[in-house]
Amino acid sequence: MSTRLATGGRLLDKGRALEFTFNGKRLKGFEGDTLASALLANDQMMVGRSFKYHRPRGIVASGAEEPNALFNMGEGGTFEPNQRATTTELFGGLTCTSQNHWPSLEFDVGAINNRLARFLPAGFYYKMFMHPRPLWKHVYEPFIRQSAGLGKAPRDRDADTYEHVYAFYDVVVIGGGIAGLLAAREAGRAGAKVLLMEQTAHWGGRAPVDGGTVDGQPVDKVVEEILSELSDMPNVTLRLRLMGAGVYDHGYLLGYERVRDHQPADKGPRHRLWRIRAAQIVTATGAIERPLSFAGNDIPGVMLASAVRDYAVDYGVSIGDRTVVVTNNDDAYLTAICLKKLGLDVPAIIDARPHGASQLTEEAKALGIRIETGKGVAKVKGGRRVTGVAICMQAGEGSAMEEIACDAVAMSGGWSPVVHLWSHCGGKLIWDDEKAMFRPDVDKAPTGASGEAFVVVAGAANGALGLADVVADAHAAGQTAAKAAGHKPKKSAAPKADSPSENAIAPIWLMPQGAKYELRSKAWLDYQNDVKVSDVQLAAREGFESVEHAKRYTTLGMATDQGKLSNINGLAILSDALNQPIPQTGTTTFRPPYTPISMGAIAGAARGPIFQPLRRTPMHGWHEENGAYWEPVGHWRRPYTFRKMPGEAIETAVAREIKQTRDSLGLLDASTLGKLVVKGPDAGKFLDMLYTNVMSTLKPGRCRYGLMCSENGFLMDDGVVARLDEDTFLCHTTTGGADHIHAHMEDWLQCEWWDWKVYVANLTEQYAQIAVVGPNARKTLENLTEDDISAEALPFMAWTDITLGGIPARAYRISFSGELSYEIAVDAGQGRALWDKLLEAGAEFAVTPYGTEALHVMRAEKGFIMIGDETDGTVIPQDLNMEWAISKKKDDYLGKRAQARSFMANPDRWKLVGLETTDGSVLPDGAYAVADGTNANGQRNVQGRVTSSYYSPTLGRGIAMGLVHNGPDRMGEVIDIPKVDGTVIKAKIVSPVFYDPEGEKQNV
Amino acid sequence: MLILTCPCCGVTGEETEFHQGGEAHLKRFGPGSSDNEFHDYLFAKENPKGVHLERWRHVYGCGKWFIAARNTVTLEVYGTYSAQTTEPPKDIRDRISAKVPGWSWREFA
Repeated sequence: MSTRLATGGRLLDKGRALEFTFNGKRLKGFEGDTLASALLANDQMMVGRSFKYHRPRGIVASGAEEPNALFNMGEGGTFEPNQRATTTELFGGLTCTSQNHWPSLEFDVGAINNRLARFLPAGFYYKMFMHPRPLWKHVYEPFIRQSAGLGKAPRDRDADTYEHVYAFYDVVVIGGGIAGLLAAREAGRAGAKVLLMEQTAHWGGRAPVDGGTVDGQPVDKVVEEILSELSDMPNVTLRLRLMGAGVYDHGYLLGYERVRDHQPADKGPRHRLWRIRAAQIVTATGAIERPLSFAGNDIPGVMLASAVRDYAVDYGVSIGDRTVVVTNNDDAYLTAICLKKLGLDVPAIIDARPHGASQLTEEAKALGIRIETGKGVAKVKGGRRVTGVAICMQAGEGSAMEEIACDAVAMSGGWSPVVHLWSHCGGKLIWDDEKAMFRPDVDKAPTGASGEAFVVVAGAANGALGLADVVADAHAAGQTAAKAAGHKPKKSAAPKADSPSENAIAPIWLMPQGAKYELRSKAWLDYQNDVKVSDVQLAAREGFESVEHAKRYTTLGMATDQGKLSNINGLAILSDALNQPIPQTGTTTFRPPYTPISMGAIAGAARGPIFQPLRRTPMHGWHEENGAYWEPVGHWRRPYTFRKMPGEAIETAVAREIKQTRDSLGLLDASTLGKLVVKGPDAGKFLDMLYTNVMSTLKPGRCRYGLMCSENGFLMDDGVVARLDEDTFLCHTTTGGADHIHAHMEDWLQCEWWDWKVYVANLTEQYAQIAVVGPNARKTLENLTEDDISAEALPFMAWTDITLGGIPARAYRISFSGELSYEIAVDAGQGRALWDKLLEAGAEFAVTPYGTEALHVMRAEKGFIMIGDETDGTVIPQDLNMEWAISKKKDDYLGKRAQARSFMANPDRWKLVGLETTDGSVLPDGAYAVADGTNANGQRNVQGRVTSSYYSPTLGRGIAMGLVHNGPDRMGEVIDIPKVDGTVIKAKIVSPVFYDPEGEKQNV
Repeated sequence: MLILTCPCCGVTGEETEFHQGGEAHLKRFGPGSSDNEFHDYLFAKENPKGVHLERWRHVYGCGKWFIAARNTVTLEVYGTYSAQTTEPPKDIRDRISAKVPGWSWREFA
């Protein structure tokens, strides 16, 4: 069993006991524990079930690479799934539950999958669930959803707050181990502005656990000395619990700080996202130990050798009483020696190398440890806990020679430098045959804006594994970075460190090397995604030879740990299966973040009302006070309708607004419409290029409707243009189009016609605009003005400046409803005053404010198109029968050449028509009209679709517009439009103008 | 995230301050052009691994378009220059040549 030792635990404060709960059980740990060490101290070795086969799984590692110990953490507003126990600092009152099992951790129904493992190989889902199609939806998917998945999704709103911080440094050192500390010291001494970040709560990394001396001093003392020197440097910032999450272009670096995960009762943000610009980045990110691939290497109690050592030294926790050490390198001997010195039993070191270790052999032997060289583990015995190992010849096929009873296995397959941050922005790797590892190719570092390298790698991350090499490498890296950042480091000798001489690692990727299928199919590569040696071999046999394909086929390295333990072992197995050297197989791409970061940290303060600032019209407040039912339109919020009394149905309110407007008088807040002023001697010429019709012939005082197309011919915006004077036009755009049409104009003016004398200004927010609509519109305005706005003085499609209720205003006589209508523009600051005056002046006509839905219905009754409804980026004006708005005389306009392309000019396109349901019902928006026969995919052919559909209160029936194949030539024909529920609505093709086709109402 | 300097207002800013606008020095083909010419103008864009001339707009700044000469592999920025020109200026071309001898991009080298 795993338990707390009487002595040891250098990170613990044993004077401060902490209580926490795991699956409802109350357990005790100490200040300084991680959740993982506290669970192990309580003999909670088994922490979850595996993803696919539901096998019992225990803690494997002691750091960020842990694949198994993922928990649902917290409750309610602080609940978060998939939290790693090894990187969670214990605090009093911590609550967590294990994941991926049903009904309980100890008894799990899904474990039947383990028995079926032979029938659930790599790619099983792809192969099995292709056919027949309906089974997928009704059988397979519900079953998989029930049994798969890691943690639960949070149900409550996140109760914590988060923030972003921006920072700028000469040198940022990622990793606070001995290498990072030394590099930071050198950069700091050179005068560089330095940030040193460490993802855990402690400085020094592995060095204090592994021991050794630097310049004759024990390494833990050296760590303290360097720290104290760094703390005294005003140009150096030190931060714990800050992880380097990603390295991006031009020295951009994301840091993820877990500010108070360990002290949840504290005030302030929970996580902080550091958005850093660094001239130079030093990645002193260390190395991660690899598991060995032998049968049963996932049984709880099998752990990385370095982790076994960490738990003993850092937390005073023994993983078992009898630990067998299995290795292919010298480093794991340290674990055996460490355990033995703590009074624990180490029955044997199984070393796959025929010659065993170098210097450490003597020390181990002196402690009475049995060493078996040239041997391997054939199989680990046990179910929920290791009970023993069968050992065999490494060179053989796995016939057991002997069984050794034990309750823990410490394995070491060698070390992989953490190259993630080096690789994020293009740093290349080379395969080091001697050390059996990918390490950074220092000649191919990520380069920045100057074309020079901006990442320097230091220590174990650079493949330097012994303390002596680490220290020398880190010292040099600190100087290199400071120099590259523009400082002048003084020449100084690197500290000298002692580390025992070592024999070379043996590249053992499978144990034993000739393992039979039964063994290979129980030898795990990826614990979190349940991928075995046999799965990768199968992928290779089935032709998934690229490492990126094999990854996706087997899901190797695709879990939340992103293959930190499994990738190198997996690609070595793949290389072997393909009979090619490892560098030829290569690695998959390393992508940020290094470990998952919280969504809260990404969002920062941008949530709730400040997620996106709201744009308000000058009348917004009035709408809010008068029953507005809001609709988001871009960054604006517009009233969809106004509810006259609480509880009035939305449809009733819309119908009331339309009827009242058509019968008497309505008011619309049209302030959100884009208003672009285009000015200059070449303004007319410019607009002739932008609009499909001619704008340069427009007379001052007059308005003209125009269409704007993109260079590839598609309709992108429409609106009314008013000529203000000889040199000046005011272009109205759609609400959503104001900003991008402005940008579109700037683009053409700056990059194509830069010699044309035109200036564009976006005055959308400078004006409030109110549409006064209905038969009594003129009378209402006449109540407020002395100016002549008679039909003769201000005819349809004209504008004039007037004074309304003492407010200077511009009145455009334009209509989007088919009624007598004026759009009144005033300075934004006067908008609300005018709105109030119009309500007062219109009171005798029972004026009603109306919202966007009434606007939409009224325009549809008139057959007016709406950008975004009748258009979707694939529609040209000709599709909408708008040839009348396209000049034939102009040589050129944006889109003209594109509209002459063969498929644009094809008469066979879908074209705009009105659709009238035979039963008067309302068609579903976006529904398709079906045609006879089926296409190549067995789907029903289609011949059109509904682009706008409403209930028209004016006509008392459903009305719709749609694009139909050859539509205008098929008037009177009835087509079938199926609904989602399988029923079919019949609709007659009619003219899209349903109301007042002669335009008599707007022309009075 | 790139850092660029706007040649119009002189501000050096982060990529989020700018909008990328695709290939630079486009020659517009309008009515009268052949189908192939027009097709290439619209759709056949340069997408090099290496030296690239790109349109950018300082959208959250002075609003002006400019052209950046940069390397899509090394991320080096050779310089930025006015959009009101039909070819990269000589000093920019010289700077690219110094770093990437024998480079070419469309008709420029």
